[in-house]
Amino acid sequence: MSPKQLMSEDEIRRALTRVAHEIVERNDGAGKVSLVGIHRRGVPLAQRLATIIGESENVTVPVGELDIGLYRDDLHSRGPAPLLGRTLLPAIDGRIVVLVDDVFYTGRTIRAALNELSDWGRPIAIQLAVLVDRGHRELPIRADFVGKNIPTALSERVNVVLNEVDQADDGVWIVQGA
Amino acid sequence: MNSQSTPDRRRHILDLDDWSAEELRTVLTIGTQMKDVLARPVKQVPTLRGKIVVNMFWEDSTRTRVSFELAAKALSANVLTVGAKDTSVKKGESLVDTVRTVQALGADYIVLRHPHSGAPYLVTQHFRGSVINAGDGRHAHPSQALLDLFTMHEQLGELADKKIVIVGDVLHSRVARSNLWALTTMGAKVTLCAPPTLIGPASYWKATWPNVTISHNLDHAAEGADVLMALRLQHERMEGGLLPSLREYTRRFGLNAARVALASPNVLVMHPGPMNEGVEITPDVATGPRSVIETQVTNGVAMRMAMLYQLAGVN
Repeated sequence: MSPKQLMSEDEIRRALTRVAHEIVERNDGAGKVSLVGIHRRGVPLAQRLATIIGESENVTVPVGELDIGLYRDDLHSRGPAPLLGRTLLPAIDGRIVVLVDDVFYTGRTIRAALNELSDWGRPIAIQLAVLVDRGHRELPIRADFVGKNIPTALSERVNVVLNEVDQADDGVWIVQGA
Repeated sequence: MNSQSTPDRRRHILDLDDWSAEELRTVLTIGTQMKDVLARPVKQVPTLRGKIVVNMFWEDSTRTRVSFELAAKALSANVLTVGAKDTSVKKGESLVDTVRTVQALGADYIVLRHPHSGAPYLVTQHFRGSVINAGDGRHAHPSQALLDLFTMHEQLGELADKKIVIVGDVLHSRVARSNLWALTTMGAKVTLCAPPTLIGPASYWKATWPNVTISHNLDHAAEGADVLMALRLQHERMEGGLLPSLREYTRRFGLNAARVALASPNVLVMHPGPMNEGVEITPDVATGPRSVIETQVTNGVAMRMAMLYQLAGVN
């Protein structure tokens, strides 16, 4: 079966604009907000959200990036260890940290990110923003801000294409065969 | 010698003789992230939590042993170190017996330092986990070569066509051999420099590393060098009649300020330690502005973390 497009470039842009405004609204402005993107595609998403918030609120929102590779719970069953991305965080003590990822699925990535963040400091609060929530949670974790809810079957795969990472037009696709 | 030749199936790190440039680049990238971990507020990640690393050091070592211990601890593994002196080896227990014992106690990794070349290969046949060679005889010392490579790459960038001079007792040196594998794979131009008695015939080296340059004159070899790496001169070489006198060795093959001045202005002065200051390197050069000898030690922990991490998925 050929891939089916679930979000176009414009839909991604509008969803991010809405999520950016929800983040500001929830936190009474963006003064205390820091955005942390989870490698790889969470990183450009966090940067885009920071740009949108910065323009509408006239503030500079600190952006960080987080690689959860060293905090995985499945390292020993995955075969050769995956390559690691950079972890570079702004100060998070006393901040509201919004974690940003592209696809929200089992919740295990977020669990690892929460553990990693707590080794870096003590934020006032941690919130979660995702572009796509595809369901099938395996842990009691939910997202605070969702670009689009997309019901999926376990046999399907959700592919997010972002210009910054993939050098192709933005889009969200669903593909058969996990 | 290593039967696990493809990266997907690499279960042990015994030598760098079968590593591709791509694999070397991967471990350098991972090393960069590991170095960052060591600069975090909490210098520890849970990656190897609940795993057991046993350092078996059948030969004296300070920095390699401590470095592997710190690396395993930074990854949250349980680590213990045993030496030949404090085990039943004194009662006649063989290496294989010790390995079986360590396996029965639940070890996931064995890090082995052994005076006999090839000992880690023997261990792989009797151990279900991963074996890391921490130096075997005069054969290989992959973790040293990887930390050397990391240090050079960090400071010099791409190593293709960089001139690397390794000076000292290369004939008996596992550090030199493992460095040759890594450096030539990355395209560096390596010169080995030593008196004839400590290097042997050029054909011996060229049979394995065709592009290596052999020199008996450090003043020529040092010209324009990007890296000057001195090796430790073992005192038993004197007793073995391979050198007329230490003083003559120092005069002709010691790293001193005059020779560093012949090299590139950005030359890195390296030494795997422990140093005989005043013999193969003068104290002012060892601690001078071009020296990265302490950086090598710091990077050693990061690279050993990278090695342990790379084997985690297959262990």
